[in-house]
Amino acid sequence: MAAPAVRRWGLRAGHLGIVGLFTVFTAFPFYWMLITTFKRETDLLKRANNPFVYNEPPTLENVRILFEETLYGRWLANTLFVGLLVVVITLLLSLPAGYALARLTGRWGERLGIGIFLTYLVPPTLLFIPMARVIGDLGLQDSLWSLVLVYPSFTVPFCTWLLMGFFKAIPPDLEEAAMIDGHSRLGAFVRVVVPISVAGILTVVIFTLTLVMQEFVYALTFITAARNFTVSVGVPTFLVHGDVYFWGSLMAGAFISSVPIAILYNLFVDRFIAGFTVGAVK
Amino acid sequence: MATVEARRVSKQFGDVRAVDGVDLSTREGEFLVLLGPSGCGKTTLLRMIAGLERPTGGEILIGGQVVNDLPPRARRIAMVFQSYALYPHMSVFRNIAFPLKAAGMPRAEIPQKVEWAAALFGIERLLERKPRQLSGGERQRVALARAVVREPAVFLLDEPLSNLDAKLRASARDELQQFQRRIGTTTIYVTHDQVEAMGLGDRIAVMEGGRVRQIGTPAEVYDEPADTFVAGFLGSPPTNLVEAADVLVGFRPEHFLPREAHTDGGNLTTLPFHITRVEYLGADRILYGALEGRFEGARVVARLATTVEAKVQAGRTQDFAVRARELKFFDKVTGLRTTARVP
Ligand SMILES: Nc1ncnc2c1ncn2[C@@H]1O[C@H](COP(=O)(O)OP(=O)(O)OP(=O)(O)O)[C@@H](O)[C@H]1O
Ligand SMILES: [Mg+2]
Repeated sequence: MAAPAVRRWGLRAGHLGIVGLFTVFTAFPFYWMLITTFKRETDLLKRANNPFVYNEPPTLENVRILFEETLYGRWLANTLFVGLLVVVITLLLSLPAGYALARLTGRWGERLGIGIFLTYLVPPTLLFIPMARVIGDLGLQDSLWSLVLVYPSFTVPFCTWLLMGFFKAIPPDLEEAAMIDGHSRLGAFVRVVVPISVAGILTVVIFTLTLVMQEFVYALTFITAARNFTVSVGVPTFLVHGDVYFWGSLMAGAFISSVPIAILYNLFVDRFIAGFTVGAVK
Repeated sequence: MATVEARRVSKQFGDVRAVDGVDLSTREGEFLVLLGPSGCGKTTLLRMIAGLERPTGGEILIGGQVVNDLPPRARRIAMVFQSYALYPHMSVFRNIAFPLKAAGMPRAEIPQKVEWAAALFGIERLLERKPRQLSGGERQRVALARAVVREPAVFLLDEPLSNLDAKLRASARDELQQFQRRIGTTTIYVTHDQVEAMGLGDRIAVMEGGRVRQIGTPAEVYDEPADTFVAGFLGSPPTNLVEAADVLVGFRPEHFLPREAHTDGGNLTTLPFHITRVEYLGADRILYGALEGRFEGARVVARLATTVEAKVQAGRTQDFAVRARELKFFDKVTGLRTTARVP
């Protein structure tokens, strides 16, 4: 009689416990960034203080330093500029490539798809040396355009592969129906395949933006002038002097640039998950 | 309006010959059914007519014009897929309007035309819904409405009823035929269901192994099968085939009756029949067993309408008979119909 009820509550508590644990685990970095952003230097450095709360009144000083004494605003703009261009380039290349691999290449499509994915696994720490030569020869040193050129080398393979999975999940009947209903293959692709794949396209956009925001090696190698830095290079370069860390401003920089991505993820979380699990179940 | 013609059309997929030299031509406004077992190349032939698949040999003509090099959109055809292929991201209205927009019809004229097509199939109420909010039968109607809205010269349908349950299928079949008669558009309809084929077709093309074995009216292919395949494929249970000297003799189970049940006399061929099993199916009794005497051991089936009041019993041997004109003869080697008689 009471046993099932107890069991049910036990299960519920178990679920909530696990979810709670993960929430704390994932939210903690944000909490840490947020409180550190507004802490006074002295509060941070005193070892006797409880690090999880404010022991002295909060301050805006760290944020002021970030925006007034570094080029943080400029870096944000640079990151956005590179990010959006890379998103556009990635979509322009990986949409047709993914479609071709999914539909048109026959038996070779699969192998090519795997090949393309493998190139994504080559780490930038290996690639930046030859890439540096290429950038040098093109005269793009110290220009944001170098990043616009290089980033697609890892976003395009991954996104092509991702979109290929999406397109494979769309029944070919739909395109054929559109071709009979009066469109060319390209028309059918634009009017039927692309709208059905919005989830995949959103996934590509978010994924590409995230990669661009966190990329460090190329940005550090190709860019030398502070005014051309992206956030991921600018923040650690200017807020870490030797072993002196400007923790407050560092955290402020990290927090401000990660929040938009977090919001973006949350808005589209359902579709995003669909993006990664597409074709997993028939 | 237009006719469709296939001239020695074939299609090779790797080493599979899916369609093997098919000659076929429809008449104006005809309802032609392609009937055959699974994998015989019906869909492939239809897709070649639609332009979705390129023939590896032969020519396809629509309205007298060779269309081999025309893309699907230029062939003035409409096709209904087995899956219906409704665009999942569009409402029913936009699904039906899709071919009109593609054809560049002025915006103002589209709603009227869509409503006309929707009214043909009684789906005016559904125009705002998305395909996933429709039942199988409703989807099928939307697919048909989308196909007719553009008033194509030829309709191609690939097993459009196979996703419906048996009862709905019967009424949909009826609607489909009435609709086709009304608009009189040449229609090619693919199915592997012989009841559907017999009920719908003006003519039936029976296919097997990528070839058309016979083409004719339902009565022709049923009563005068051109070869043993057609004889065996149509009818349920299928035609009995008995080996006799140098030919095969075929007769339909419903013509194989107890001798006394042949009341109108005529020229009868009597065969002693040992019944091993009787199946009672309500309207019919199906008798399984083997012949005795001259064709000792040949397994045959008889189908007695329940209205035939003869007494039959499993385990007994009784005299059954077929009218001589119901016996069909086939060549033992080629399987083709011959006129040879048993000596
Ligand atoms: N794209 C393809 N690649 C290779 N072989 C194919 C392809 N399409 C069809 N085939 C083969 O061609 C033959 C005919 O196929 P088709 O789909 O035309 O048969 P069908 O008569 O429509 O059968 P069903 O009644 O099962 O739909 C089959 O053996 C099939 O395996
Ligand atoms: Mg088929």
